Amino acid sequence: MTPPESKTIEEIADEDYEHGWSMDIPATEAPKGLNEEIVEYISEENDEPEWLKEWRLKAYNHWTEMEEPDWPNVEYPPIDFQDMKYYSAPEAGEEEDAPESLDEVDDEILEMYERLGIPLGEQKRLQGVAVDAVVDSVSVATTFKEELEDMGVIFCPISEAVQDYPDIVKKHLGSVVPITDNFYATLNSAVFSDGSFCYVPEGVECPLELSTYFRMNAEGTGQFERTLIVAEPDSYVSYLEGCTAPARRDHQLHAAVVELIAKDNAEIKYSTVQNWYPGDEEGEGGVYNFVTKRGKAAGRNSKISWAQVETGSAITWKYPSCILAGDGSVGEFYSVAITSRHQQADTGTKMIHLGDDTSSTIISKSISADQGQNTYRGQVKINEGAENARNRSECDSMLIGDECGAHTFPYIDVENPTAQMEHEATTTKIGEDQMFYLEQRGLDEEDAVRMIVNGFAEEVLDELPMEFAVEARNLLGIKLEGSVG
Amino acid sequence: MSKINTDTNEESTMLEIDNLHVSADDTGILRGIDLDVDGGELHAIMGPNGSGKSTLAKALAGHEAYEIDEGDVTYKGKDLLELEADDRAHEGVFLAFQYPVEIPGVTQMTFLRTALNSIREANGKDPMSAGEFLELAREKLDELDLPEDMLKRSLNEGFSGGEKKRNEIFQMAVLQPELCLLDETDSGLDIDALQIVADGINRMREDEDRSMVLITHYERILEYVEPDHVHVMLGGQIAKSGGPELAEKLEEKGYDWIEEETGIQRSPQQAEGALTS
Ligand SMILES: Nc1ncnc2c1ncn2[C@@H]1O[C@H](COP(=O)(O)OP(=O)(O)OP(=O)(O)O)[C@@H](O)[C@H]1O
Ligand SMILES: [Mg+2]
Repeated sequence: MTPPESKTIEEIADEDYEHGWSMDIPATEAPKGLNEEIVEYISEENDEPEWLKEWRLKAYNHWTEMEEPDWPNVEYPPIDFQDMKYYSAPEAGEEEDAPESLDEVDDEILEMYERLGIPLGEQKRLQGVAVDAVVDSVSVATTFKEELEDMGVIFCPISEAVQDYPDIVKKHLGSVVPITDNFYATLNSAVFSDGSFCYVPEGVECPLELSTYFRMNAEGTGQFERTLIVAEPDSYVSYLEGCTAPARRDHQLHAAVVELIAKDNAEIKYSTVQNWYPGDEEGEGGVYNFVTKRGKAAGRNSKISWAQVETGSAITWKYPSCILAGDGSVGEFYSVAITSRHQQADTGTKMIHLGDDTSSTIISKSISADQGQNTYRGQVKINEGAENARNRSECDSMLIGDECGAHTFPYIDVENPTAQMEHEATTTKIGEDQMFYLEQRGLDEEDAVRMIVNGFAEEVLDELPMEFAVEARNLLGIKLEGSVG
Repeated sequence: MSKINTDTNEESTMLEIDNLHVSADDTGILRGIDLDVDGGELHAIMGPNGSGKSTLAKALAGHEAYEIDEGDVTYKGKDLLELEADDRAHEGVFLAFQYPVEIPGVTQMTFLRTALNSIREANGKDPMSAGEFLELAREKLDELDLPEDMLKRSLNEGFSGGEKKRNEIFQMAVLQPELCLLDETDSGLDIDALQIVADGINRMREDEDRSMVLITHYERILEYVEPDHVHVMLGGQIAKSGGPELAEKLEEKGYDWIEEETGIQRSPQQAEGALTS
């Protein structure tokens, strides 16, 4: 056993991002910079119908008038939007020769996913989980496609959905996050390249976990995926996204948009394990994760549930939200966010209660170590017309060491007197005494931290699909190695 | 549970503390402790609040807040002070805490099985499966009259004072350490619980190699658990040692007479504490 003194934080930091490699995969790329031609180029590369091209251009023109938001509690140098590429497609995954089956998926991409621990091949793939694999701008493989089709569930790249199910896409795209919503969502609307589309027909409870694995590979490329999930009445679907990126000296921008629509009695469970490259020990490099995620619980008694484990990225800026429009609808947000080294996270949720008897639950656990800065920002809004709305919020922060910070900004806006609100917030420090207790019983330092942190995050980890809970638990442990002691 | 230095004369010495000085926050607490504990012995340590009893226990278990300023501690022939806390646990040192720590969200089952398996692994044994562990844990829970749902609950969270203490003995029974440091495990127990805990300790003593250091304020536990030696700590030193009769005398007369007899003072704040209590 190595005594803790012998490992410097730097050494551990160097080893701990295990997905920091990149592969040389030939790609078709757009030149650097952003203008109308680039937007048209992306649309043409995807063979899109005219309406979508117009939709993108409208977004682009709106975007040129917008200002980058400066209210999040994060700091970074200005981003030069003309100095990055907006489209990169690994050649094997290009639209014209999109793989019909996994046999046609490029070996290098299969190998890349194996290295990520997501085998796509027939024999090895994860039981009970259908995976859509996205590299840079495009989807490269989807598993269990036929099994899903038999049930009437559509799960495919959004670029394919635009071709094959234009009516469904046109009806729902931008219906939850309008193209004018915010700076990064509008940018995404202009340049989004691919992402996942999922449609669950009426009365179908999808028995498979649907999962997308995003991987940034090409250098200097932003990733702008777009996910749309529609659950028809009385349906259920559980969806999980995982993300990794190579270690790069430059910052990479990730500006995704996710829209969820749940109709009467439908339930969508959306889980994220985010492990984008966080940058090195000096704070060089790392992904800027500026994401807009919103679900509309449109139908009566519908339910949208977000669970996220945010461990990566240099900066995370995201507020998965629920619009509780249907009477009796339910919104949930379960989050664990870890910031270590120089990571900054400003994350939380918005629960907008519009319907009667709506209820929402927010459980946010933040863990900060080293110089990490973690901000919870959450809004609960009870509209005037929403009778008997209920919200319970719990925001707990854990600090490891003296240089990190945790901040909580709850915004509560109640316009209807029948609302019942509960808010709790705590801050704890991993105590020397907790560590000593566990070490006295024989656990080494790393196991002790892992155990304390997992215990702290238990309520949220419990919400993840089983297949991923184990991965998430390990990730929390790995992230904090060397931060205590 | 084999003894290490079987071929030396000091065959039965398990723990040898020699002139131990310990400080915390730059304040000296222990000022020259000498204590030898042989295999199979039970030593009771008594002494007024703040005299340094817990400090001694935690320093022996390897708490990093306690700085060793001087002295040596040999355990099973090894330099104990060289080892990290977890390595000491692997070598069979166990501390039943005066104030067991709560760890929310971590079930006792997960915790204790991880602890047991890290000790087994360090000693070259195969890990115990969940099934085997459960069987062992059930047997020990039963002996200590603890409910099985103790395993499912978060570690010490919301346990009553007495439950926490009994739980420490339960953990000790599962881990089967060689040197047991029990810090006021009898405080805050009702009469029945005291009997149960005492029985638990006596069962552990059936192993003739196992040694115990039992810190207590009350002579009562020593009626159930007979000590080989009784020591009185005062101002960070062992002021007086004797047999069980010493404990009886303390129960009657308090600590002042030892102060007078030995000339060892409690520190000013300790003296103050004694006045107000
Ligand atoms: N971590 C620490 N930092 C600073 N001072 C400490 C620390 N731990 C103990 N002390 C001080 O050392 C002295 C001895 O404390 P200790 O807990 O060892 O006493 P004790 O004999 O166990 O008392 P009690 O019978 O009340 O449990 C006290 O004055 C206490 O305040
Ligand atoms: Mg004490």
